[in-house]
Amino acid sequence: MSSLPHDHVAGAPAGHDMGHDAHAHPTGIMRWIMTTNHKDIGTLYLWFSMTMFLVGGVMALTIRAELFQPGLQLVEPEFFNQLNTLHGLIMIFGAIMPAAVGFANWQVPLMIGAPDMAFARMNNWSFWLLPFAATLLMGSFLVPGGAASAGWTLYPPLSVQAGMGMDMTIFAIHIMGASSIMGSINIITTILNMRAPGMTLMKMPLFVWTWLITAYLLIAVMPVLAGSVTMLLTDRHFGTSFFNAAGGGDPVLFQHVFWFFGHPEVYIMILPAFGIVSTIIPAFARKPLFGYASMVYATASIAILSFLVWAHHMFTVGMPAAGQLFFMYMTMLIAVPTGVKVFNWLATMWRGSMTFETPMLFAIGFIFLFTMGGFTGLVLALVPVDIVLHDTYYVVAHFHYVLVAGSLFAFFGGIYYWLPKWSGHMYDETLGKIHFWTSMIFFNVTFFPMHFLGLAGMPRRVPDYAPQFTDWNAVATVGAFGFGFSQLLFLYIVIKCIRSGAPAPARPWDGADTLEWTLPSPLPYHTFETPPQVS
Amino acid sequence: MKRKGAMARGTAALAAAWLPTLAHAAKEYNLQPPVTPVATQIFDLHVYIMAICAVIFVGVFSVMFYSIFAHRKSKGQHAAQFHENTVVEVIWTIIPFLILLLMAIPATQTVLTMKDTSAPDLTVKVTGSQWKWNYNYLAEGFDFYSNLSTPVAQLEGREPLGEHYLLEVDQPLVVPVGKKVRLLVTSSDVIHAWYLPAAGVQQDAIPGFVRDDWMKFDQTGTYRGQCAKICGKEHGYMPIVVEVKSADDYAQWVGEHKKAAAAAADDPNKTWAMQELVARGEKVFGANCAACHQANGKGVPGAFPALDGSPVVTGPKDGQIKTVLNGVVKNGQPTAMVAWKNTLSDTDIAAVITYTRNSWGNHSGEAIQPAEVKADRS
Repeated sequence: MSSLPHDHVAGAPAGHDMGHDAHAHPTGIMRWIMTTNHKDIGTLYLWFSMTMFLVGGVMALTIRAELFQPGLQLVEPEFFNQLNTLHGLIMIFGAIMPAAVGFANWQVPLMIGAPDMAFARMNNWSFWLLPFAATLLMGSFLVPGGAASAGWTLYPPLSVQAGMGMDMTIFAIHIMGASSIMGSINIITTILNMRAPGMTLMKMPLFVWTWLITAYLLIAVMPVLAGSVTMLLTDRHFGTSFFNAAGGGDPVLFQHVFWFFGHPEVYIMILPAFGIVSTIIPAFARKPLFGYASMVYATASIAILSFLVWAHHMFTVGMPAAGQLFFMYMTMLIAVPTGVKVFNWLATMWRGSMTFETPMLFAIGFIFLFTMGGFTGLVLALVPVDIVLHDTYYVVAHFHYVLVAGSLFAFFGGIYYWLPKWSGHMYDETLGKIHFWTSMIFFNVTFFPMHFLGLAGMPRRVPDYAPQFTDWNAVATVGAFGFGFSQLLFLYIVIKCIRSGAPAPARPWDGADTLEWTLPSPLPYHTFETPPQVS
Repeated sequence: MKRKGAMARGTAALAAAWLPTLAHAAKEYNLQPPVTPVATQIFDLHVYIMAICAVIFVGVFSVMFYSIFAHRKSKGQHAAQFHENTVVEVIWTIIPFLILLLMAIPATQTVLTMKDTSAPDLTVKVTGSQWKWNYNYLAEGFDFYSNLSTPVAQLEGREPLGEHYLLEVDQPLVVPVGKKVRLLVTSSDVIHAWYLPAAGVQQDAIPGFVRDDWMKFDQTGTYRGQCAKICGKEHGYMPIVVEVKSADDYAQWVGEHKKAAAAAADDPNKTWAMQELVARGEKVFGANCAACHQANGKGVPGAFPALDGSPVVTGPKDGQIKTVLNGVVKNGQPTAMVAWKNTLSDTDIAAVITYTRNSWGNHSGEAIQPAEVKADRS
């Protein structure tokens, strides 16, 4: 396959690019609307993600401000539920997933030595669907009844009761799903057909591997999500009874279908993060990644197992003991390949020659906190313990450890790592380190106490709580605001780097050995028009 | 914490604010003290798993932090170039697997215990509805609703919060100590979850399906929990209180409750005076309707319609009676206005309708009698 690196640009003659440059590029806003360049589209994805991250963050801070003290101070319960729901949907579908696709757009072609993505125009369309979906989601706050308020999981019958904000959410999910599927087809096609000569599958950088597997997961499960919300839509408006027991349906059916999407979705958000960490650790340890092949196999095992564990989100629905035990064992099994990954990263660091620039700090922070999220995941995998922790703040703590300290920290690391290459400027190392340490500290101040709240029995998604939960809630709120303001520093660092950072060398990191570092910084608009030879 | 004199004033104030807080908070670092054998098993299992995790944590991260400390470029360390070792990789795949077996064995035993709902001494049907619980003592033949009893003044922040703010009800579930109590859990509208952490019980209440669970208390006392599954806007106001009584006290409570239930049963053919109906209707409204339609009858614009001036409430009474009995159905799906015919008695419905038709700006002057409600049940 790697002998066909040029398949999709092969339609153009060899002199294509000279001809192309002679055309006038659209400038200004039209450059971004019309662009088919993977770098431009990657940039669009990342700025979209940043915007949604800040929007979702403001929602999170409103939630935390309300929970600072018992009693209702700022928002009404109905609006609180809407904030909770939209915070989840926006962070997952608006911030984390588009950021991962942004990294893929920038890095997959560069790392495999391809000139662009396979389907350049579809790439443009994949991105430009997202602002419409985001507008639908945000606009739903303004319609009668407000935004969806059943939690991001949209369980019926509660979601069947809701107003038209729920319909807008369903359509937004359809649009984002279409975007993800197109993006995934593009990524798979690019990786399988456009690798530089000599780059066999087992020579691909691990980031490319993790994205290849992620893209397959997306294609497998986004239609499942679309199906579940479509059934919800027809139950709401067209008199079907998929989820209504009175009409022969079952509300729990929705949960099964939703989590059959939802659990692979968890890995969709974390696998690209694994790829980024596996890129950063060797670069700053100045040592090859330990156990490359086992990393690939571990990633694939996690992806396969992710289809066999969905009901661990549903241990309290009252399934038979055999069902609980099966899903408990399968879930525990995921700890094995995940453990392999952590051990491989540690072995990569072992006897390396490490320096601790910001990307490395975030990668190490990732390993440390993600592993803690893994421990709590193991605790929650055990059915009896899950029964007393299900739908409590313990779960909230757990998934923020793997999603914020997991995916998000890895993405921060990735931005610091590649921004010099993308922009041609170095970021401010001191500010970057401050960003890491404030994020690290405030993250733990916010989310660590939530374990205690959950253990003490505080349910999630409540706007008010009993007085014995006051202390840790107050601590968590202080941490959340610290974490929120730290991200404004991140925004400042990125803008400062792009506008006025010191010029970056072609290869600012000693141990960085993937193909993008053979190119100048900043990257030319078109790269690898002649594929490099990989030995 | 009492020796403020030694500190500067500002520090003292800060310490006074935070030290008791942290001292208090520090006690809440684990599961609630267990009060049933199942909860005890869960508590022990959790401690056991955390101990294993702690050992792994120390092991893994001592390696990482040693490496961070020792293998750094600033110490003149040169990078080794090894990148695989099959033996090591096989070992660290197999060892976690064995550790997982150590965790799975006790967990499996507990699951099997928890799932064994056979041979109960007593069965209570628990029905969740937005936003209260109904407890039906099937063998004794009575049931009652359990509503949040925190005073509105506390909820609105006009009074200091009581000790059991949000975790107190008008009528708790009462069960005898040392008896196996089987719970049949269901719901009349959306999914709720009956969650009592100290008993190690959490069971989703699913409309249209009945699931069972059980608990057997070691000791008498009052235990508190709340609905754990988001169920709409009052999700945070749906507490669960269980009072565990000795066998004698329980028998006495059942006797009293049966008598009270019989006495409270209304004669459906009695003709009520207007004031009686309005007074009773106000209570029924406060417990069942005010959450959405609001105490002032203005509703929540866009979400829950106003009753004050509503065409249904000011229109023909039969229309309103049928709306309350059967709820509002749109496109074949129930809406937030659920059917009340199985939840409220004829007298309660007559009273609440009379109340709404003669409150705020509504002045129909009509008194609706229970017999009229009964006639519209079909």
